[in-house]
Amino acid sequence: MSDFMSKYRPLFEKGGKHEKLAPLFESFDTFLFVPAHTTLKGSHIRDGIDLKRTMITVVFALIPALIFGIWNTGHLHFAALGEFTALGDGMLEKMLFGLEKVLPIVIVSYGVGLGVEFMFGMKNGHALQEGFLVSGMLIPLIVPVGTPLWMIAIATIFAVVIGKEVFGGTGMNIVNVALTARAFLFFAYPTQMSGDKVWIDTDGGAVVDGFSGATALGNLASTVALDKSDPITEATMQMFSNEGTYSLYNSFMGFIPGSVGETSAFAILLGAVLLLITGIASWRIMLSSIVGGYVMGMLFNLWGANAFMDLPAIHQLMLGGFMFGVVFMATDPVTGAQTSKGQWVYGFLIGFIAILVRVFNPAYPEGMMMAILFMNVMAPLVDHYVIEANISKRLKRTKLTTSQS
Amino acid sequence: MSKHINIKRGLDIKLDGVAEKVTSDSSSSVFALKPTDFQGVSPKLILKEGAKVEAGTAVFFDKNKPAVQFCSPVSGEIIEIKRGAKRKMLEIIISSDNASTYKKFSPNSSSREEVITSLTESGMWPFLKQRPFDIMANPSDMPRSIFVTGFNTEPLAADFDYALYGQDTDFQKGLDVLAMLTDGDVHLNIHTERTASNMFKGAKNVVTNTFSGPHPSGNVGIQLNKVQPINKGEVVWTLNALGVTTIGKFFNSGKFDVSRLVAVAGSKITRPKYVKSIAGAKISSITAGNIDNSNTRIISGSVLTGTNVGNDGFLGFHDSTVVAIKEGNETEMFGWMTPGTHKFSNSRTFLSFVMPGKSYDLNTNLHGENRSFVMSLEYEKVFPMDIYPVQLIKECLAYDLEKMEAMGIYEIAPEDFALCEFVCTSKTEVQDIIRTTLDKALIDLA
Repeated sequence: MSDFMSKYRPLFEKGGKHEKLAPLFESFDTFLFVPAHTTLKGSHIRDGIDLKRTMITVVFALIPALIFGIWNTGHLHFAALGEFTALGDGMLEKMLFGLEKVLPIVIVSYGVGLGVEFMFGMKNGHALQEGFLVSGMLIPLIVPVGTPLWMIAIATIFAVVIGKEVFGGTGMNIVNVALTARAFLFFAYPTQMSGDKVWIDTDGGAVVDGFSGATALGNLASTVALDKSDPITEATMQMFSNEGTYSLYNSFMGFIPGSVGETSAFAILLGAVLLLITGIASWRIMLSSIVGGYVMGMLFNLWGANAFMDLPAIHQLMLGGFMFGVVFMATDPVTGAQTSKGQWVYGFLIGFIAILVRVFNPAYPEGMMMAILFMNVMAPLVDHYVIEANISKRLKRTKLTTSQS
Repeated sequence: MSKHINIKRGLDIKLDGVAEKVTSDSSSSVFALKPTDFQGVSPKLILKEGAKVEAGTAVFFDKNKPAVQFCSPVSGEIIEIKRGAKRKMLEIIISSDNASTYKKFSPNSSSREEVITSLTESGMWPFLKQRPFDIMANPSDMPRSIFVTGFNTEPLAADFDYALYGQDTDFQKGLDVLAMLTDGDVHLNIHTERTASNMFKGAKNVVTNTFSGPHPSGNVGIQLNKVQPINKGEVVWTLNALGVTTIGKFFNSGKFDVSRLVAVAGSKITRPKYVKSIAGAKISSITAGNIDNSNTRIISGSVLTGTNVGNDGFLGFHDSTVVAIKEGNETEMFGWMTPGTHKFSNSRTFLSFVMPGKSYDLNTNLHGENRSFVMSLEYEKVFPMDIYPVQLIKECLAYDLEKMEAMGIYEIAPEDFALCEFVCTSKTEVQDIIRTTLDKALIDLA
């Protein structure tokens, strides 16, 4: 393999036949082999980690959520049709159906995104930067399974070009790339991104009576305008009781409608464990986001102006994209706060705002997306104040010594 | 007022080939005086090729601080002056006559001026460095204080406890001399576990601060930042125990004697140990018969901050460590995906993290390619100063003098960022960025 690569290398070098495709060749080569580059300046030895290793670790962490999402897609499909309604039934069928629906989304997301990255790589003469390895996996997990593939393709192109490359590529973006794609879909195709049809792929089959394909948050949002004692509200809230469809257990395990990978807090937490053990993601952001969300949930509990507010705080955290956002989106090191004090503030506000938006504005049931995008933009400001504090501390020290002498 | 400081944010990299505490002799027939060993110095030759020298004969001086002279480490003859691009002076090669005749000095420690004159004319002065800018100290400054690090925490580096063993009187004399140079204190920093010798613990005429914790606790800049951070307008002089001892020896004997014990270490060294040598000695004389020379990188100084000199290079003026490790010029298939039990990482992305305390045979491979900054709080794990490292580096790259000043540029030296560079996921050349910025800022702020 190594010989094969070195045989074709001259073709891609400067002056070679395919000089323009050098970034492509380079990316493939470094995908296969860690290059033989040695240290030229500074420290003679280096840590084993590189960006590829970092990104692949995050992709591994996403796998439990992906597998669960595949199964859940199948499960909800059959449940909607009234087949294999028990959780354990028809495992194989559910997985196969899920794969059939989810895999194309993954392929489109990676294919289109990497294609755009390569084009920019060729234009700017650099090899593929690894950021999209994660973004490409995140995008399929945060869209409803019913999203048409062409929409995913357009959203991905938008996210990579406008969200990232215009700022200078991996490491330079202001807002999270995958969330840019999600936000694009949400605002460009609102009808396909909400309601009770998109979350479940029935393949045209008739839905059995009494099956609701709406997300928990969609249901909750519909109660906000109503009185607490309204029969519709009561029926809805019944679904959140221990026996209901959206019980705390079901919400935690993820047996509910939602975007492909976001429903199961359990699968997401498995990924979180990997990210925390390896030290790739910030535990500060994860912890403070959860605390922030919980605090807001508690405040709403105390206020209790409507049924949504009465939902237990812990239950709030298990619904929608909250956990997924906390573990995989808020912790994006490029777009998040980059100082440890800043991360506490940043994380806390994400959780806080997510629940706030979700409850106050039923038009945006997905408060998490809004909260993270908003805080991505605010993160440099948060860091700015943290650093200013350090600067003024230094300044004070200087003044103190000069006045003494 | 002495302090105890526990360094939590740092990293001890355990490498194969730690020098065993045994000593053998070595003798070199050629030596080199390298102007590049001294930061902030513009060399101007005094002697020409063919000139006969004694140990201590001035060979060149610094155009910026003409009083400071740089002397030949041995007696013999200057045989070659090696220059690089733009005729930059790289090495002054001196062939030794093996007679070891020393120029006679009569150092005088009766007053501050006398001490400075004795140090500058004898070539001892360059042991003193200054913060800010991490360059050779300026004899016309009055330093706020002087900081001496008494221990070495870099991987494989010489252990001062062993390398300076038995030189108590010289060390104490050096400290006494330094005390005359400042109206502030001389701070001697020692480690609670690594420093055992009474030479350090019992030193007089100094403020002794104790440190605990991993590298970079032995870096004088870290110690300075923790004990008494430097402010704008202040100057602090820094040096290590080797410099102090050598200065003390000079005042006790009147000889320019830059001999020292050198730790010869690393996985490519057959028998890692200490070798008695002299600053500027040829590396091959130090490693003779004790090295596997195929595909090997030989470093004068430590693996984190040293210079790649090769076997035909020369021992640096400040260095007391020579390391030989494998060149990592081999590709590794799917190296970024394998479990990696043989790879060392400060992150826990390799399985090797389940084996703490394991010692590694690290090579010089970069383990990846250069990228933009992506990870956050990665440097902070190994950078104990009260400074935001990544943000400061970004200001350095943007070269915003005002911001750099506000964020602590006066407190840092490249070596303090060596671990940041080591752990960097994006393979950023941090030390080079800092050195270049300091050199540029030195001119612009002067």
